[in-house]
Amino acid sequence: MFPASFDFFKASSVADAVSILSREDDAKLLAGGHSLLPLMKLRLASPAVLVDISALEELAFVEDKGDYVAVGALTRHHDVANSELLKSAVPILPFVASKVGDPSVRHRGTIGGSIAHGDGASDLPAAILALDSDLVAVGPDGERVIQAKDFFLGFLETALRPNEILTEIRVPKFSGGWSYQKFNRRAQDWAIVGVAAVHNGSTKISLVNMASTPIRASAVEAALADGASVEVASGVASEGLEPPSDLNASADYRRHLAQVLVKRALTEALG
Amino acid sequence: MTALITGSSERVTGTRLLRREDPKLLTGEAKFIDDITQQDVLYMALLRSPMAHARIDSVDTSAAMKMPGVVAVFSGADLKGDWVAPMPCAWPVTADMKNPPHYPLAADVVNYVGDAVAVVLASDKLSAIDATERIVVKYESLPVVLDLQDAASDRVLVHPDLGTNTSFVWEVTPDKAKVDHAFATAVHVVKSRYIQQRLIPSAMEPRGVLVVPQPYGGDYTVFSSTQIPHILKVMLSLTVGISETKLRVIAPSVGGAFGSKLNIYSEEVLALTLARKLHRPIRWTEERSENAQATIHGRGQLQDIDIAADENGKILAVRVNVLADMGGYLQLLTPGVPLLGGFLYHGLYDVPAYSFTCTGVFTNKTPTDAYRGAGRPEATFAIERSIDRLARKIGVDPAEIRRRNFIPAEKFPYASAPGLVFDSGNYLPNLEKALEMVGYPEIRSEQMKRRSGGSKKHLGVGLSCYVEMCGLAPSKVLGSLRYAAGGWESATVRILPTSKVQVVTGTAPHGQGHETSWSMIVSDRLGIAPDDVEVLHSDTSIAPYGLDTYGSRSLSVGGSAVFMATEKVLGKARQIAAHKLEASADDLDYKDGSFCVKGSPDKAVALSTIAFEAFTGHDLPEGVEPNLEATVTWDPPNFTFPFGTHIAVVEIDEDTGATELLRYVAVDDVGNQINPMIVEGQIHGGIAQGVAQALFEEAVYDGSGNLLNPTFTDYLVPSAAEYPSFELGSTVTPSPTNPLGVKGVGEAGCIASPPAVINAVVDALSDFGVEHVDMPASPEKIWTAIQSFRRSR
Repeated sequence: MFPASFDFFKASSVADAVSILSREDDAKLLAGGHSLLPLMKLRLASPAVLVDISALEELAFVEDKGDYVAVGALTRHHDVANSELLKSAVPILPFVASKVGDPSVRHRGTIGGSIAHGDGASDLPAAILALDSDLVAVGPDGERVIQAKDFFLGFLETALRPNEILTEIRVPKFSGGWSYQKFNRRAQDWAIVGVAAVHNGSTKISLVNMASTPIRASAVEAALADGASVEVASGVASEGLEPPSDLNASADYRRHLAQVLVKRALTEALG
Repeated sequence: MTALITGSSERVTGTRLLRREDPKLLTGEAKFIDDITQQDVLYMALLRSPMAHARIDSVDTSAAMKMPGVVAVFSGADLKGDWVAPMPCAWPVTADMKNPPHYPLAADVVNYVGDAVAVVLASDKLSAIDATERIVVKYESLPVVLDLQDAASDRVLVHPDLGTNTSFVWEVTPDKAKVDHAFATAVHVVKSRYIQQRLIPSAMEPRGVLVVPQPYGGDYTVFSSTQIPHILKVMLSLTVGISETKLRVIAPSVGGAFGSKLNIYSEEVLALTLARKLHRPIRWTEERSENAQATIHGRGQLQDIDIAADENGKILAVRVNVLADMGGYLQLLTPGVPLLGGFLYHGLYDVPAYSFTCTGVFTNKTPTDAYRGAGRPEATFAIERSIDRLARKIGVDPAEIRRRNFIPAEKFPYASAPGLVFDSGNYLPNLEKALEMVGYPEIRSEQMKRRSGGSKKHLGVGLSCYVEMCGLAPSKVLGSLRYAAGGWESATVRILPTSKVQVVTGTAPHGQGHETSWSMIVSDRLGIAPDDVEVLHSDTSIAPYGLDTYGSRSLSVGGSAVFMATEKVLGKARQIAAHKLEASADDLDYKDGSFCVKGSPDKAVALSTIAFEAFTGHDLPEGVEPNLEATVTWDPPNFTFPFGTHIAVVEIDEDTGATELLRYVAVDDVGNQINPMIVEGQIHGGIAQGVAQALFEEAVYDGSGNLLNPTFTDYLVPSAAEYPSFELGSTVTPSPTNPLGVKGVGEAGCIASPPAVINAVVDALSDFGVEHVDMPASPEKIWTAIQSFRRSR
């Protein structure tokens, strides 16, 4: 449970971090460290270089931008969970943040780190996906905006390039119903299955740990758009999905849980 | 004997005195192995087998030797001549028990994933760990055997030289004809099979060892995170071949053990061997995932239990066959663990006919050994699940069937069918108190209401009544069970010149709070403040005699020895006081720190005066030696038999299969309580670990023998968030077998709780015709059980 050796740089600014990433081979960003360091300790990841951005205070913010709330990538889960602005403008996001890990994880882990890690079993990526958020990345050529639906590409694989930093998450405000259903065995665990539902005119649903990435329950969304009942729509929650099998749950059980939890989420969000 | 803790209203025993151990533990002042600084030390790292069963063709250490910081690398073959005996198994349970040779490093064959094959010594820890990855081992894979029944069939042999996987067959059947007759004539027979899954003890501090050779004289100081410094010293001497007089073993602060540090481990033997070989201090600290594979596992049994009962549900006979998983080798007490439960499968019920057979088999997995409860949780689970099934079969409430079967209070001391004598017990009031605390009729009515209302949240109530044998143990009895050591404990009490008191105990506390409890015992007897009593332990140079801490023995055996040594030293003080007061010793009262002549309270002399007098020796009575010191080595006449009733209330979500533990009531009877806060702490921790077995934890292996969950991400040790607040009560039935009237408490919670929870789960699922759910009762298992019921309709 000790990582292999690596070189370490402490970035002085976003630009500095981008230049180190561009210069060094096999470099990874270190923010809260709660996704990367466990992988390194298990030697499932052995990056040659770590670029520590945890001191970049300019990336820790929650700001009202009119239609959306801008959340800095280095904002800790605890601060997301306790943001009054987010609680009133995007209440699902602080709720989901409050369900991540345990208190020590929430005080170290960052929203940007969780999203950039792109784990299909994590809570926040699914929430961002259901919220149709925009993700701001900075690289050597400046800033670009990536839509959440285009961000999660595969198992721990995102649209971020090796020399880009996720700096900001733009979360649209909404006033409708919402729900986050997280099913796990211990409070601090990843979801065995999770469901985020946001109702704002249309209903958007995303699933946690039902695929290699966070994924939208498109069959459910289509059924609802066609006027299906909650009961009927939740019945197709796992349609077309190949959920993982692991020690916590078989794929079949996950499919079943997805239906149960989508139904509960829809009942709460639409109720 | 009668309980002697009586007397003044100001007594300390029985109060919730805060633990003196805690400030230093809570502030980080306490020194664990890794906190002990040592210059010029070499760090040890082990290369462990990735194969569950393989022949070692070659070990090439040359590349590892060239790594920066590396000082030495050894394979098992390299060190073959460095030990004088194999790793010890101290409990050969039968004369013909098969015990394969087991050395600290495997030289020819590896027998489980995690078996150590080579060792690196380097100037820093990470260099040592990195260098292990450069050792090249060529393995020739051998067939593996993992399943217990498969192992018992001898289809594949773990140790072909033994000719069988069966290490031993051990039986206690006092009267087979009586058992056969009971089953032949019984109205009801309930046959069950239960699986005791393997558990990973998961002490918060993993193991660690530091061996420091003294530069002159050839002495070695061994610091180890162990619960048995005394036994370790003897065993190190016997395996490494260093005179016992040259060894000093110290257990510093130890961060939990639960039986997993009641052992002699390869790393301890290796570190001493290599310190001798290289004349350098050697240290090693276990990694977390290493702990999951290289430290012993608990449980690992397949139990078949049949109970025969008459038409009223009165149990006539219990017949048990256990297959017990030894793992790849026998560790210190591996074969004895199932035997500790072997006498208790009739629980606290008056059962006239009894048969227990245990077959211990080798598998290609981590060795098993004692884990909190060691044999008794398994026994309690089997009988408490089975009596619930019997109740359901004949349509009697689970509480009522227990009432009908309890050993009646007037039968104590109770001679049990398998041959024990239960010291004391009064089971019925204990059960009734627990039922009252939980509000049993109200819960049953809420349960019925939910059922008739078609609720998808099913309520279940589970009872578990338990009795266990602990306070290890009468040496003669241990001898008759072929255990290689005794069960006594030693204590020395010294009243120092300034009348402060020094207690030296042979127990080795690692979280139990002995310093606090022992000081309370002495404080009450001498009428001085607990803070004036220091308690020394866990260092073989300070406390040369001791049998350490395990098996819920320390208070009833070691605490009693402390009490008796206090009595003894007070007897000497009384002689000096009599001399001073020119009175007969029999004419003196002792109270609040002074002797006085009976009826003449003004003719008194303080203990402090006597203490100084004893120190100077200026004016002592004829034949009395200076100083106030007494040592007692106490061998208890019997085990102690604590008991209790635990009740779990669960709610099961029919849609997901999730179980929520809503309430947990425990009424324990551990005899007299020295410090109820410490008692409750033990019960809390025990319940938490038992509930963890019932609902969460299991060491899972794949078909090749790889442990699939060696991290806390995947091995589900629950946190406080998964438990309700426990509701604790107690009854007090003193033990007549020790002067304190106490019984053991360290394992009780862990023994009682698994069947309470599973009985509640099965009760909640009774609408679905579910008769049993194996541990851990995961949501998916429960969902699957509900699904198969629905499919069957």
